Amino acid sequence: MVDGGLNLHHLQFLAVGALWTVCLSLIAFVGGGIAGGAIALCRISPLKPLRWLTIAWIQIIQGTPLLVVLFVCYFGLSIMGLELPGLVAASIAMIIYVSAYLGEIWRGCIEAVPRTQWEAAECLALSRWQRMRLVVLPQALRIATPPTVGFMVQIVKNTSLASIVGFVELVRAGQLINNSTFQPFLVYLIIAAVYFAMCYPLSVWSRRLEQRLHFGQRAAAP
Amino acid sequence: MTQAPATNPVVVELKDVHKRFGANHVLKGVSFAIPKGQVVAIIGKSGSGKSTALRCIDRLEIIDSGTIEVCGHAVHDPAIDLRRLRQDVGIVFQSYNLFPHLTVEQNITLAPRAVKGLSGADALAIAERTLRQVGLADKAQAYPEQLSGGQQQRVAIARSLAMEPQVMLFDEVTSALDPQLTGEVLRVIEQLAQGGMTMVLVTHEMEFAARVADTIIYMHEGKVWETGPGQMLREPQTPELRDFLSHGL
Ligand SMILES: Nc1ncnc2c1ncn2[C@@H]1O[C@H](COP(=O)(O)OP(=O)(O)OP(=O)(O)O)[C@@H](O)[C@H]1O
Ligand SMILES: [Mg+2]
Repeated sequence: MVDGGLNLHHLQFLAVGALWTVCLSLIAFVGGGIAGGAIALCRISPLKPLRWLTIAWIQIIQGTPLLVVLFVCYFGLSIMGLELPGLVAASIAMIIYVSAYLGEIWRGCIEAVPRTQWEAAECLALSRWQRMRLVVLPQALRIATPPTVGFMVQIVKNTSLASIVGFVELVRAGQLINNSTFQPFLVYLIIAAVYFAMCYPLSVWSRRLEQRLHFGQRAAAP
Repeated sequence: MTQAPATNPVVVELKDVHKRFGANHVLKGVSFAIPKGQVVAIIGKSGSGKSTALRCIDRLEIIDSGTIEVCGHAVHDPAIDLRRLRQDVGIVFQSYNLFPHLTVEQNITLAPRAVKGLSGADALAIAERTLRQVGLADKAQAYPEQLSGGQQQRVAIARSLAMEPQVMLFDEVTSALDPQLTGEVLRVIEQLAQGGMTMVLVTHEMEFAARVADTIIYMHEGKVWETGPGQMLREPQTPELRDFLSHGL
């Protein structure tokens, strides 16, 4: 072992862990995005019970540490006889967490589309769903892009909690390596650098999108 | 100008309409009837309830009592088919409210396609025709933000016309425009009047109202205070109208 024990094999192991971090992030984003979209729509539904139900869901999830949601998914479901592998439990927990936050972010974006746009569409005899789909959502989408990309940073960072239920993503990979090399500072420094390399481009992208929105420039008119 | 015979069927009729916003009693028994092909201008001080009256006709506000009939639809009836009402009524606001993410052409074809189920080609033909009508045939591919206020307002009119409504409502459509741009929008409205469109205009353009409208309604404190032909503006009967005309808005 060269240089105090950290070798190429370890770095490879870290790389695989990083790949799993990306995977879990994508699962969380796609799954949480679909659920979050549904939540945003339910949250502004004309049906009161549906609205209340989604508000309750959002409040409960936002008022609970992600770690606890993760434990509930991992241990809770295993008590019910569902022995879930770390990846599945972590995915479910992340999707639940992301759905509550993205749902709320997107609701705000939909409501940021001026009332007068709804009204103009209503006056043209469009149905409620047509108004939403053809007039409001396309505008909400533009408003939503910067905060959504910004939230992806939170998703990536929070996947690290999955290490606690034994899922070998980046942090867990580091812990395992550290068990044999005893160089925690070096290992975690490398891990920090990898997270930064994943998150920094996202936050730069988010800021760019936000600026573009502020200056009112449209993404290339056809 | 094009005096429509008063014997034409009535298209819009309000009877003793009351509307409150909380404790604010905004419409206090408004009644008027508009025969087909007539142009009615509603004038009055700020806060007299002009916009509210107009919005009630399209059921954007729900009235507390009274009746409103528009093209055979009972607007006061909670069971009204709103989508059919709105196919018969076009409305244009002071703030054009174009869809910013769509081109001019897409703004116009959206409702004919989505609501009436027209094919793309048919809807495009309508867009072309209505854009020519408002003098903007060359702007079909532009986005709203690339147009002047007057142009945007004319697109908004074209968008409404594309649904081939029976009645057009205009709420101070030139108030946000400077004088030159006001002229180009008023010309479009005047052409519509000549074409026999039934219209209600809420306006501060007194000269225009006197020239284009068959009937002028002066609203004061939530009531129809005075009604008459354009001549009425030269010979006001009530002190309130006299006051309003001499002090401007
Ligand atoms: N959505 C609303 N909620 C509460 N009050 C309202 C609402 N819309 C109008 N009002 C009130 O109703 C009254 C009449 O308003 P309206 O807009 O009809 O007047 P207007 O004659 O159109 O005035 P303006 O010339 O300024 O447009 C005002 O006192 C206004 O504050
Ligand atoms: Mg008004």
